[in-house]
Amino acid sequence: MMTLPLFFFYLFSIIAVASALMVIVARNPVHSVLYLIVVFVNSAGLFMLAGAEFLALILIVVYVGAVAVLFLFVVMMLEVDFGQMRRGILQYMPIGVVIGAILLLELLLVAGSFVITPEVMSSSVIPIDNTMENTRAIGLVLYTRYVYLFQAAGAVLLVAMIGAIVLTLRHKPNIKRQDVVRQTSRKRHEAVEIKSVKSGEGL
Amino acid sequence: MLAQVGIGLGHYLTVGALLFTIGVFGIFLNRRNIIVILMSVELILLAVNINFIAFSAELGDLAGQIFALLILTVAAAEAAIGLAILVIFYRNRGSIAVDDVNMMKG
Repeated sequence: MMTLPLFFFYLFSIIAVASALMVIVARNPVHSVLYLIVVFVNSAGLFMLAGAEFLALILIVVYVGAVAVLFLFVVMMLEVDFGQMRRGILQYMPIGVVIGAILLLELLLVAGSFVITPEVMSSSVIPIDNTMENTRAIGLVLYTRYVYLFQAAGAVLLVAMIGAIVLTLRHKPNIKRQDVVRQTSRKRHEAVEIKSVKSGEGL
Repeated sequence: MLAQVGIGLGHYLTVGALLFTIGVFGIFLNRRNIIVILMSVELILLAVNINFIAFSAELGDLAGQIFALLILTVAAAEAAIGLAILVIFYRNRGSIAVDDVNMMKG
């Protein structure tokens, strides 16, 4: 008997894994980005099933709304022949398959054989209070107990933003720009010339 | 909390392991296309996040979700910086093939 959450778990996870495969094998990078969006939305569903509602919605806002759109912009901005990039793909296929298989085998062995000791179960750092909404619970600890980590995350984002701007900002030499200092330090005699015009003669 | 609805921790860990492996495999498969490599890195970070969320739900501990939130932040920053580097590389070389990244070759 398959419960409804279990059904949705399988639905989300199968679509997520299949789309993840399509991300790496799609010929066109635009399709890769769109499949990446599918992966993120379905992973948000998995998060939701696990009770992490806030993170599920943040995943959609941040990844689909910002990161995926950023990828899409960059893919469309670059004028690259993506077809010729796939040449030589078979050259790396065997080693990729070998390493991927070893990794998957190890991860599944770990996932299937670990045991959580009872002491760990009883010693939660922040026990989840099921009477409280997930967002409220996260907010209550994020701004108090983890405020330094929160600030550090903000600093990371700030550095990333400044870094991205500094890297991509380009000063073209022939563009007229407003020079505020020059503009405000200008005197009247530099800007206005008074000519006395005789009547009836013109300039 | 997960076990009440019939979903075990192992289910989530399996999905995480599959996504992680697909991400690593994608890096090998698309050695020449750095955009897909960046997407593969995003997949790997997502797999890590799924594991954190699964353990958070299984152990009834909110700390895992906080950690996942921080990983999300770092992943977003990494994508922004990576794509910025990609754009200036393309501007300088007119290509994004990883094979062409040999300017600093001694």
